[in-house]
Amino acid sequence: MVTLRDETFPIRSSDDIVKVRQITREWALMQAFSLVDQTKIVTAASELARNTLEHGRGGEVRVQALQAGARRGVRLTFVDQGPGIPDLDKALRDGFTTGNGMGLGLSGSRRLVNDFDIHSEVDKGTTVMIARWK
Amino acid sequence: MTMERIPILKMGSFLLVTVQVDMHDRLAMTLQDDLTGRIVKDRAHGVLIDISSLEIVDSFIGRMIGNIASMARVLDAETVVVGMRPAVAITLVELGLSLPGVRTALNVDKGVEMLKGSIEDRARGNGHVAR
Repeated sequence: MVTLRDETFPIRSSDDIVKVRQITREWALMQAFSLVDQTKIVTAASELARNTLEHGRGGEVRVQALQAGARRGVRLTFVDQGPGIPDLDKALRDGFTTGNGMGLGLSGSRRLVNDFDIHSEVDKGTTVMIARWK
Repeated sequence: MTMERIPILKMGSFLLVTVQVDMHDRLAMTLQDDLTGRIVKDRAHGVLIDISSLEIVDSFIGRMIGNIASMARVLDAETVVVGMRPAVAITLVELGLSLPGVRTALNVDKGVEMLKGSIEDRARGNGHVAR
């Protein structure tokens, strides 16, 4: 697998969520994603960026443009040093919410991507990795 | 942060909101407040939310739209969301957002027809249309 581009952006405010959406859109376009694929990864990015801000007390996202053989992808890794998620299985279920959302952030964004990986430790933080491939 | 607002236009007894920017969270909350105030002030019977410029609808924006529809209903106004892009619709379904209680139409014209129809139904004493 070849990394074509690799950058990290902060998630500290509601405006940063909009920026993460714009960056993800740009990179998905650069990777020649179809409109539906772009929309899916941008929507997932928006959900996870909001999680990082609201539940993780802010953090950052690493954005990578990847190539594996003929396939091109975008990988996003959201990292926070927040309170962590005590029960991951529960958090990944539809409708589970601790905030004021609809509880679709994690479970919903998982359905919008090809790769999904989450690590969380109480009082240490949470890392969520997603990737979509064309 | 700048105090941007999404304009709300009056069209007869309806209000038209055209969301033209990539909505950040605070702007969405402001719209919710502004719109409920205008429904009362303008005695509106219907609200059209045009989202044809929106490139994505995530669960936050979806919840905002659902809230507006619920609040409008309590204030005796119907809400129709118009102009959702096909890629947005596909993504919404996979995300698991079904926008319960929110009616949709292809464009503003169809949305106006839908609102006029349900207001006529109510005038004839049929009560609220089935959802």
